[in-house]
Amino acid sequence: MVREIRQAILFNLVTLLLLGGLYPLVLWGVGAVAFPAQAEGSLVRRPDGTAIGSRLIAQPFERMEYFRPRPSAVGFNAAGSGGSNLGPSNPDLVKEVAERLAAVRAREGEDAGPVPSELVTASGSGLDPHIPPAAAALQAARVAKARGAPIERVSALIEEHTEPPLLGFLGRPRVDVLELNLALDTAFGPPR
Amino acid sequence: MGLEWVAIAFTIFVTIVTSVPIGRYIHKVFAGKRTFLDPIVAPLEGLVLRFSGVDARREQTWKQYALSLLVANVFMWLFAFLLLSAQRLLPLNPDRIGAMEPTLAFNTAASFTTNTDLQHYGGETGLSTLSQLFVVGFLQFVTAATGVAAGIAAMRALAGDRLERVGHFYLDLIRATLRVFLPLALVVGVVLLWQGVPMTCGGAVRARTLEGGEQTIARGAVASVVAIKQLGTNGGGYFASNSAHPYENPTPLTNLVETWALAVIPMAMVWALGHFTGRRRLASMLFAVLLAIYLPMVVFAARQETAGNPALAAAGAGLDQSTGSMEGKEVRFGAGLSALWAVTTTATSNGSVNGMHDSLTPLGGLIALCGMWLNALFGGVGVGFLNLLVFLVVAVFVAGMMIGRTPEFLGKKIEAKEMKLASLAMLWHPLAVLVGTAVACHVWTTAASHGHALAWLKNSGPHGFSEMLYEFTSAAANNGSGFEGLGDDTPFWNIATGLVMILSRYIPIIAPLALAGTLAAKPRAPQTAGTLNVEGATFGFTLWAVILILGLLMFMPVAVLGPIAERLAAG
Repeated sequence: MVREIRQAILFNLVTLLLLGGLYPLVLWGVGAVAFPAQAEGSLVRRPDGTAIGSRLIAQPFERMEYFRPRPSAVGFNAAGSGGSNLGPSNPDLVKEVAERLAAVRAREGEDAGPVPSELVTASGSGLDPHIPPAAAALQAARVAKARGAPIERVSALIEEHTEPPLLGFLGRPRVDVLELNLALDTAFGPPR
Repeated sequence: MGLEWVAIAFTIFVTIVTSVPIGRYIHKVFAGKRTFLDPIVAPLEGLVLRFSGVDARREQTWKQYALSLLVANVFMWLFAFLLLSAQRLLPLNPDRIGAMEPTLAFNTAASFTTNTDLQHYGGETGLSTLSQLFVVGFLQFVTAATGVAAGIAAMRALAGDRLERVGHFYLDLIRATLRVFLPLALVVGVVLLWQGVPMTCGGAVRARTLEGGEQTIARGAVASVVAIKQLGTNGGGYFASNSAHPYENPTPLTNLVETWALAVIPMAMVWALGHFTGRRRLASMLFAVLLAIYLPMVVFAARQETAGNPALAAAGAGLDQSTGSMEGKEVRFGAGLSALWAVTTTATSNGSVNGMHDSLTPLGGLIALCGMWLNALFGGVGVGFLNLLVFLVVAVFVAGMMIGRTPEFLGKKIEAKEMKLASLAMLWHPLAVLVGTAVACHVWTTAASHGHALAWLKNSGPHGFSEMLYEFTSAAANNGSGFEGLGDDTPFWNIATGLVMILSRYIPIIAPLALAGTLAAKPRAPQTAGTLNVEGATFGFTLWAVILILGLLMFMPVAVLGPIAERLAAG
């Protein structure tokens, strides 16, 4: 039994160093050399080096000049991700969706067409950086109007920033909201 | 919609096809044959064994093997408990995360030692980088390897004739770690890095958003943990929202790789059995039986999730749900691939998620529960095979009774002792789930009758019941996913699920191992015309029915009280 215990302690110690230390170190090295931007979190920075955010992490947008991301159950807290965990039959879920639906309709216009459910349901992570192209198209007229820009150019930007599914069928077509809004600022200048 | 089915079929197809060579490789590794990694790995392996004072040439009986397994696991738990309790004082803690409260540390250490990875903490705020690497990352390798070792020992036993020794635990453990999991994890890790999964020792980043707000973005050594959490049927994520988090699973490609990694080794273990026993047809039959349960579950769940949530029709006109029920899901995957993940992660005892299971449609959630109730649809690495072995023995017994012959499996007589062990392993699972849920309901209702309902449940009615049922199911199946609306970081849940995880890990390992051990010692009877043919379609169908009926019947009442009642109430 003493031998068993000694083996267990020593085996765990040496594999702890190997798997808890060396293995991540190797991947860290690969990241630092081959994929430095991704390894640091795909951050988007200003010319002065301060971080605007990450292209993989949704951030809140409230102004009329910007496209809005999906609702977040955690208030876009990127240090505490999560979904609403509301069950499909929960009356609170129906109430929240109804409120968001009314808000979207008020903002985008009652005649803007059907509202994609992605715009009124909370994502799993609360940090979903994407919306479907249809959800961007729904917001295009409002954004164009707020910026005094021609809607054709805004729609062209949406198309340009639409990522197709991998191999044509894996995943869904999607638009990264932060990247689209950055493109808006580049094309038309930041909102005053 | 049509494309989602193509995506689902493609993912499953790729996983099945690649599981075949990996199964062959696993057999080679544990049969001690040369493989292409030998020049690199063999010296390292020797070093680890010598340092630990293990003499791997002396093979162990199943009892010695099981003892080594248990002692090794006790110290894994102890290391984890100590590191978690002391993380505040230890280095590599860029975000200054405090020590874990004792019942939570007990639960977390038990959870990762048992390969469950149930998480009653949020990764961003609960663990330091050191704990992520040296507790989570480390245990995700060695506990997966523990499962594989146990499964392999049972396979050797089944293949043997009057066999007394089943291999050496530490030799199998280090081989599984260094020759199976580590190389695959490195490859998967590099793909994840390329696609945007972070790997940094820097802590959170403070960003000033485009609109001038503040956003703190948690980061860390994510890629290394995600790779092994998927491959080792672990499931414990770096962040609270697991693989729904864009840093854990940023693109459809990472989703493909992670879904593949969920299932490929559990599938490969079935092929490995075929190589060990020299019965490839048996392996093909078993694989087909498991697929014949798994595939309909995938189709059913995907149909549920892509159909949208009918309850939301009440939210107002003009809501377009053509992409499915998107609450708790991410745009880049869509409802179909989220359903595939939900079924696969529960069927394989992994427990990672790429969408929130609490928000699954009622019947989609039921399928996730069924996967964990059966717990053998490929199952956890190694232990899935042990659970399947139990079903196999029972099916042989049932078939033997039906045709009026002494039940035999691979030429070994199934007698009273084997049936007792199989029954113990088979009955423990529903006992843990149902008694656990009953106790939780009792505690909750007595508190509620005193005027203050415990703040456990996010949802009321049948769905609230499902939250408690799911938690104990997940703990007993060593799965680790959750209906996360359950406020589970309380002493009751920490201690209760901690105990269930421990008992539900080691009873279903030791009992089948004992079963295989006693079978191994028996002489092999010659095959005659009267021998039950376990490789044919008739026995395959019997096994399929035994798994479904014995595996699910005991859970029928709770299924009705939870998800089915919720579905019926929705009309």
